[in-house]
Amino acid sequence: MTVQPTPASATPEGGHLLELRDLHVEFRTNEGVARVINGVSYHLDAGETLAVLGESGSGKSVTAQAIMGILDTPPAFVRSGQILYKGEDLLTRSEEQRRQVRGKEIAMIFQDALSALNPVFPVGWQIGETLRQRAGMSRADARRRAVELMDLVKIPGAAKRIGDYPHQFSGGMRQRVMIAMALALDPKVLIADEPTTALDVTVQAQIMDLLADLRRELNMAMILITHDLGVVAGVADRIAVMYAGRIVEHADVRSLYKAPAHPYTKGLLESIPRLDVRGQELSTIKGLPPNLMRIPSGCPFHPRCPYVQQVCVDEVPHDLVLGDGRTSACHFAQEVRDDSIAR
Amino acid sequence: MFRYILRRLLQMVLAFFGTTLIVYALTFAGQGDPIQALAGERPVTPAQRAYLTEKYNLDQTGVGGFFYRYFDYVKDLLQGNLGESLTGRSIGDILQQAWPVTVRLALIALAVAIIFGVTAGVLAGIRRASIFDNSTLVLTLLVLGIPTIVLAPLAQYFLGVKWQLFPPTAGSDPTFYALLLPGIVLGSLSLATALRLTRASVAENLRADYVRTARSKGLVKRRIVIVHVLRNSLIPVVTFLGVELGNLMSGAIITEGVFNIPGVGFNLFRGIRTEDGPLVVGIVSVLVVVYLVSNLVVDVLYAVLDPRIRYE
Repeated sequence: MTVQPTPASATPEGGHLLELRDLHVEFRTNEGVARVINGVSYHLDAGETLAVLGESGSGKSVTAQAIMGILDTPPAFVRSGQILYKGEDLLTRSEEQRRQVRGKEIAMIFQDALSALNPVFPVGWQIGETLRQRAGMSRADARRRAVELMDLVKIPGAAKRIGDYPHQFSGGMRQRVMIAMALALDPKVLIADEPTTALDVTVQAQIMDLLADLRRELNMAMILITHDLGVVAGVADRIAVMYAGRIVEHADVRSLYKAPAHPYTKGLLESIPRLDVRGQELSTIKGLPPNLMRIPSGCPFHPRCPYVQQVCVDEVPHDLVLGDGRTSACHFAQEVRDDSIAR
Repeated sequence: MFRYILRRLLQMVLAFFGTTLIVYALTFAGQGDPIQALAGERPVTPAQRAYLTEKYNLDQTGVGGFFYRYFDYVKDLLQGNLGESLTGRSIGDILQQAWPVTVRLALIALAVAIIFGVTAGVLAGIRRASIFDNSTLVLTLLVLGIPTIVLAPLAQYFLGVKWQLFPPTAGSDPTFYALLLPGIVLGSLSLATALRLTRASVAENLRADYVRTARSKGLVKRRIVIVHVLRNSLIPVVTFLGVELGNLMSGAIITEGVFNIPGVGFNLFRGIRTEDGPLVVGIVSVLVVVYLVSNLVVDVLYAVLDPRIRYE
């Protein structure tokens, strides 16, 4: 049995909407330097959805904040790399030029909408603020457009709720407000940083559906950051799995689910509870994510990896191209994938 | 909100009677011979004694007599009559003269706290760990550490007497200029607290998630600070300043005493020193009302500033 080719990302080299090349970000703190992002490269084409998967501290949110240019500096510093948007490196732009990109070209929604919205201003005002400040709209026009946006994200009675404050909304409705705000300037790229983590399971599904629908309707590209494999399956075209500030595996969704080619991804998939396997202890990945101030030598996953050999301790694995645009940063990628298929 | 205010007003009535009763009791219940206390060392003639006994209902003795006099006092109080001090002056008149001075002093102190404290606090909060931030920290700790009883005479001596930048004392019917130095001394404590509070609040709010959102909307930094951060940061500061205004309005005994300002605190202190019971009780009764009202205003203001707070 072979891996199914799913060429979701078949775009000519260099023509990507957004491309990260070998991005390095570090946090300089009093305790030392934490290498949070260590050479991340990924790309996003118009209209596609890339899921960035990883546990807390793997660097997925920091990568997103680096793209937006909203890292807290200090302590965070982009050490090297490129962030190409429409072929131009954002990192070489001035702060003012980067500000112009934010919201208008690349917009972002955050995990906890209650704290991400300003508690003392009505939601309509907050949506309208983007329009007034960035699109030069009048107060009345901004208000009208805010109602339209709230309708677009399916907030019932939008016109009546425009004067309400964030705390007067339910969690799901608040996240819809966040989405409406992010969509205000018709961005080409939407970065959703764990948009459903703070929500109930049923509401999670609604928000994911809404995001998928809106992405299609407005023809945006989306980067979906999550630690939840279940969230990814239905919406994403491709998945990039992050570990210790690196992309360890990169594949289209179907191939990845079918046959993960990195032991970490494999471990993640095996630790999802399954209804058809009963009476067995849930498998977990042993150990803890590495301390980013002391990343293990060689492959950073080696202390937790069941496939570990001496080479893993000595050498940093390079991205192994497995065909169909798949890569895996594992010395034994081929074996892991074959194991996964055999299972 | 209306129900809340109504409930608070009813609570204020209780608090008012409670405090006046306690102050009245503390002042008069333990007094041995109030008439002799009034006369001091001089002898009191039987005619004088009879007159005063009747005037102050002193023939009623024991707990019953105490309550008789208390209710008599409250009855007058509710009619707006604060009675007379032992010196024979109407307490209403005394307060009418003293209060405007105290209010002016309080407003100067509050203005000092707002203009310097809040502004410096915002700057220190934005530039955390800068030289400016660290020097304000040292200065405010110094001010907070020095009691007014030390700070006021020092300021008076150096700025008033030695370098003669300000009039060293205010005297009766003081000008704005004469009240400036005492106002700064009085306000320095509020200033220091307001500064620390503003700094902490701004620093905390700058790290808030909604600031990250505002940045990702592509807003300019100045707008993020002035509109988003400041509005949130000032909620606790305004609350503090409101309570502080209530405190300042009730007079500053030490500052008014040192600078010889004929305000409420000055008169209250004189009343205590000369064992002028009616004067003390009269002033304190009014202070209680001022304090209760200013606290209610602060609580209402708090709800206006922070939409998350709703009183029901």
